[in-house]
Amino acid sequence: MLAQQFVNGVLLGATYALFALGFTLMFGVMRVINLTYGFYFSAGAYLALFATRDAGLPIWAALPLASIGSGLIAVVIDALLLTRLRRVRASELASLMVTLGAVLALYSLATTFVGADIRRFPIGIIPEAAYEFAGVRITAAQILILLATSVLVGGLVALMRGTRLGLAIRALAERPDAAGLMGIDTTRVAAIVSFLSGVLAGAGGVLIGLNFNAIQPYMGEEMMLRGFVVIIVGGLGDIRGALIAGVLLGLVEVATAGYFVSSLKDAVAFAILVAVLWTRPSGLFGRAVIRRA
Amino acid sequence: MSSLVVKGLVVAYGRTTAVKGIDLDVPEGHVVCLIGANGAGKTTIMRAISGLLRPRAGTIILDGTDIAGMRAHRVAARGLLQVPEGRQIFAELTVDENLAIGAWLTQDRAEIARRREAVLARFPRLRERLRQLAGSMSGGEQQMLALGRALMGAPKLLLLDEPSMGLAPLFVEEIFGIIAGLKREGTTILLVEQNASAALEVADDAYVLETGKIVLQGPAAAIAEDPKVVAAYLGG
Repeated sequence: MLAQQFVNGVLLGATYALFALGFTLMFGVMRVINLTYGFYFSAGAYLALFATRDAGLPIWAALPLASIGSGLIAVVIDALLLTRLRRVRASELASLMVTLGAVLALYSLATTFVGADIRRFPIGIIPEAAYEFAGVRITAAQILILLATSVLVGGLVALMRGTRLGLAIRALAERPDAAGLMGIDTTRVAAIVSFLSGVLAGAGGVLIGLNFNAIQPYMGEEMMLRGFVVIIVGGLGDIRGALIAGVLLGLVEVATAGYFVSSLKDAVAFAILVAVLWTRPSGLFGRAVIRRA
Repeated sequence: MSSLVVKGLVVAYGRTTAVKGIDLDVPEGHVVCLIGANGAGKTTIMRAISGLLRPRAGTIILDGTDIAGMRAHRVAARGLLQVPEGRQIFAELTVDENLAIGAWLTQDRAEIARRREAVLARFPRLRERLRQLAGSMSGGEQQMLALGRALMGAPKLLLLDEPSMGLAPLFVEEIFGIIAGLKREGTTILLVEQNASAALEVADDAYVLETGKIVLQGPAAAIAEDPKVVAAYLGG
């Protein structure tokens, strides 16, 4: 029982970590809390739904396509909303309000087109059977979650640590002006970061949609609250912190639902958030670094 | 090798005009220094030339092309590299990664390796610290890194904004020694400095800036003997 809860919690937490990773990446590089981020999660789930239900694609093809589609949506929305604000060096509050307005518009627009009903993936899109390892049941959806999050997180870390592009992203995150002076096209690198963030959010949407077999337009909104918990507990802009905090949140939710009352699980998550902010304002793993002193 | 001609440059922040129509001439192979008090507009001019600020009016001709209003990465691609005020090294990257970013515009690995060797020969201290986070070095070492990072881009024209600011005297001397070395090699340099005496010593030509206007210009040796300059900037 305990082992089962642990596995369920870690796998749920892995999707939270994936989602939060994109959010923290976007914030770390653009220095903007972009509230449209949750919409890319919903977008990913619906794109996968269309790809499987309407185009008849298998899930292994629908997942990457939906993720890439979400990434492209993120690039377009970021360019439309924030390019001008960045050029005039607007305050963070201005960006926050613009993205708040935009995300409300996006959700209601999406609801108009796809309806507010809960949708499900076609039956048999992923095997229903569960596999048993040492008394722990793992569903095919959970195996897909494990594989997809490992590939995406591993890929992102390799990109950030081992490539020229990753170096440019880290330089841009720290000092955008100096990065430009060295010849880095900061607008282009920022667009790539938007794309990567959108891919992570979209993949998270597909995986959560599969895990609970439920897709609805505002699913990203609910996820955003978890995203905030994870990136604040993990430390804003901290990739490793987001991974650890994401998995911890999954474990806490599953444990609360399993051992206490299911309806309390959101309350527990936010109690942790408040407790962390009171005691460690820069996050559990965050360093109190002021980048531009 | 490169030359820069600035004409009628006006730069404003909102309603405040910080640079009020200045002309500057940086001939090929010369070191030109720009001196003036804090807030005179020196850094604003540098940022407008390198593309970090969009000028209100004027032309900035680099080797025959007007680069006014061009974005910073495009200006850099034309061989004009700036060492910004306050160094602006990437503190959370290693010294070696900072140098790698300096060579961003080149893909040729052999060329990058050659430049890296040249920079490390010029700044032997950096060689000992290649794997260290840049932010953990002293101010003087960080300035060496900022210079080395710009040299990794093989600049045709180098803009140095207050390279000696906040440094211990020994480092100031070393930095000016390096500037003199770059000059001997024929690098064209536009230098902004608070340390007017050291700047006038290394420069060929000088401009004196006061509240956004050029008030005096000429050969550096002549400017260094101008009574007003001596009184205001050389502590005479």
